[in-house]
Amino acid sequence: MKTTRPAVFKPSLLAGPAIDQTGVEERTARFTKRSIKAASKMQGLLMTLSMIDLTTLEGKDSIGKVEQLCYKALHLHDAFEGLPTVAAICVYPSHVRTAKKALQDSLVKVASVATAFPAGQSSIDIKLAETRFAVAEGADEIDMVISRGKFLAGEYEYVFDEIAAIKAACGAARLKVILETGELGSLDDVRKASQLAIAAGADFIKTSTGKIQPAATLPVTLVMLETIRDHYYKTGCKVGMKPAGGISTSKLALHYLVMLNETLGADWMNPHWFRFGASSLANNVLLQIAKEKEGCYQSPNYFSVD
Amino acid sequence: MPTKKNKSTLPRLRLGAGWSYAPAPESAASARINEQYELFMNGKWQKPAKRAYIDSINPATEKKLYRAAVASEQDIDKAVVSARTAFDKYWKKMPANERGKYIFRIARLLQEQARELSVMETLDGGKPIRESRDFDVPMACNHFFYYAGWADKLEFAFPNRAPRPLGVAAQITPWNFPLLMAAWKIAPALATGNTVVLKPAETTSLSTLKLASIIEEADLPPGVVNIITGAGDTGAALVRHAGINKIAFTGSTAVGKLIQQQTAATTKKLTLELGGKAANIIFSDAPIDQAVEGVVNGIFFNQGHVCCAGSRLYVQESIAPLFIQKLKDRMATLLVGDPMDKNTDIGAINSAEQLEKINYYIRLGKKEGSLHYESAVALPKKGYFCRPTLFTKVAQSSRLAQEEIFGPVLAILTFRTEDEVIEKANNSPYGLSAGVWTDKGSRIFNMSRRLKAGVVWANSYNLFDPASPFGGYKESGYGREGGVHGLLPYVSF
Repeated sequence: MKTTRPAVFKPSLLAGPAIDQTGVEERTARFTKRSIKAASKMQGLLMTLSMIDLTTLEGKDSIGKVEQLCYKALHLHDAFEGLPTVAAICVYPSHVRTAKKALQDSLVKVASVATAFPAGQSSIDIKLAETRFAVAEGADEIDMVISRGKFLAGEYEYVFDEIAAIKAACGAARLKVILETGELGSLDDVRKASQLAIAAGADFIKTSTGKIQPAATLPVTLVMLETIRDHYYKTGCKVGMKPAGGISTSKLALHYLVMLNETLGADWMNPHWFRFGASSLANNVLLQIAKEKEGCYQSPNYFSVD
Repeated sequence: MPTKKNKSTLPRLRLGAGWSYAPAPESAASARINEQYELFMNGKWQKPAKRAYIDSINPATEKKLYRAAVASEQDIDKAVVSARTAFDKYWKKMPANERGKYIFRIARLLQEQARELSVMETLDGGKPIRESRDFDVPMACNHFFYYAGWADKLEFAFPNRAPRPLGVAAQITPWNFPLLMAAWKIAPALATGNTVVLKPAETTSLSTLKLASIIEEADLPPGVVNIITGAGDTGAALVRHAGINKIAFTGSTAVGKLIQQQTAATTKKLTLELGGKAANIIFSDAPIDQAVEGVVNGIFFNQGHVCCAGSRLYVQESIAPLFIQKLKDRMATLLVGDPMDKNTDIGAINSAEQLEKINYYIRLGKKEGSLHYESAVALPKKGYFCRPTLFTKVAQSSRLAQEEIFGPVLAILTFRTEDEVIEKANNSPYGLSAGVWTDKGSRIFNMSRRLKAGVVWANSYNLFDPASPFGGYKESGYGREGGVHGLLPYVSF
């Protein structure tokens, strides 16, 4: 079932339940109390690997760096059999072609940030042009940023229209909308921005660029998951979720999966609907998998640094 | 299984179905449980005069855990006499700051032995280890720490009034929070200079007996705290004893009424903390997802064996269908089973008798025509377990909405206006606690003023602090425990 998106902005899109921050924090604390052991831990670790958007978003990114990262995406640690590949490689638009070529016809997607990432401080024309460029270069997914300045100034219609326009420019590419929750200030605004993005056509909502602190947190992600859930209750349509930035340990990743499991459930527990935006998480997960397999921690030197 | 009539039309979520958590049991080895426990009187472990003992089982396995002495009138007399002697000889003469040091010492020893205590509490009572570890034991420690601080500051609690201890306090605790209730009772009694004879419930004496050995280790003067075990007869004999000055009872309203009758025309001071049927009220502007969580914590905490459980849910009509769907979805993620598993949310029902009572009310609710729903979780084959359960379309006039069930069973009613819900919430013989969920501050103040309940939680539920008084209106009892108010029942002027 596909949603019919509202063509135009309506103020009613902003109406949502109040968010009680203390209550959200209590709930997320409860997720971290789940004790994940043995087979369920291994299952969670493998799931985590398969959900990673392996990311490099540096000014110093080069063809060589991107090619090496793509190899890592396909061969996380060949010494272990049965490891999945990551879900996607996430790069700047200028590296989409390189990544696409390196990944060839594997199942690993190429995601490109766009729309004057990370600040989003540019004109809509430039943002559209950049999006079209990334799609033309072969991007399967576009990670856009919302105009936080406009959002905080109350220009919700501008933000909505911008997302809708970028969505149209994406064509077949899936659109992830980055809210940059670290700049929004309250969970009520996180909720409002999530509703706006979903209504404007987001296929995924994403917490952060990774360039601003705080990036993804459990409470922010819970509020976004609950917005997705309410959308699902209302329309029967799924929206994906991508926490990004600051998730660098397996333990924390497993807390996120517990939260996902108990908030949206089995239908979201796959790379099609849930991603981790991370650069260093993969190696930490590999260390944990090695520990589960061999009973003791290995030296990080056994795992490639990319 | 959901009945046909109680099915939702909203899209289904497959919650918790994507990933199951492997068992993560806490080790039982950290608890050293004796085969048999004696009575702790006059600082010594003494055999009961009639050599009678009663078995206590682990409700999750139905296996015998230990046996505890049954105190007869002879033993009770001995306990009261040693408490009286200790009061005259040591406790009332002791400088208050010295008394405080003893209470601090109990608090610290409890903290040091927290793991053993939580394992004992879970094995004996069936509550999830997560709760005994994160709530019961730390909260019990906090009560001793809190009242230790008051011991030498009583003149500030009651300025210009010269508070004096009463003498010997007889205290009877229930089976739902054995250690915590013992802390609620012993800590303020000792801080105000009284001595104590305490009787825990016969199904859950273990953690209180462990507390007795901690008190022994803390080297309190002999007889200041006496712990005697036994069932209802023992409690009744303790209440009748002429040598006590004060009774503090937590338990059922029926027994509370009996105690009040028996203490009529005596000088025994009495505080009662009895049953409840708390209204948890959700307005349409509430933080919905957090309110769902609050409802879950309100009714399913400790298997619903909570006197202040939010067992009557009032949801504003305009949001009722979505709210109830969210509640059901949350219930699908509650794990019921081995209380020792760190992932268990709902443990074992405390006894076969209590499980039968709960099942009686579930049958009654169905008979009354309310719509029954329970989660689909698989229950262990052995032990006393009950799925989290709710009833919708419950009428204000049904017994399900009026009587205390003391189990994981929620009665859901709807309302339209603020005045209506206040009237309905107060329409109960009980008045222990209430919950109000709304984004509107002025409404919170209005509601908390007009709800006849000892505690009103706003946008939260089942939160406790040693500094905050707790107690009831109407048939939920009288007197307060906790806070400065909790000192008052143990002093005269």
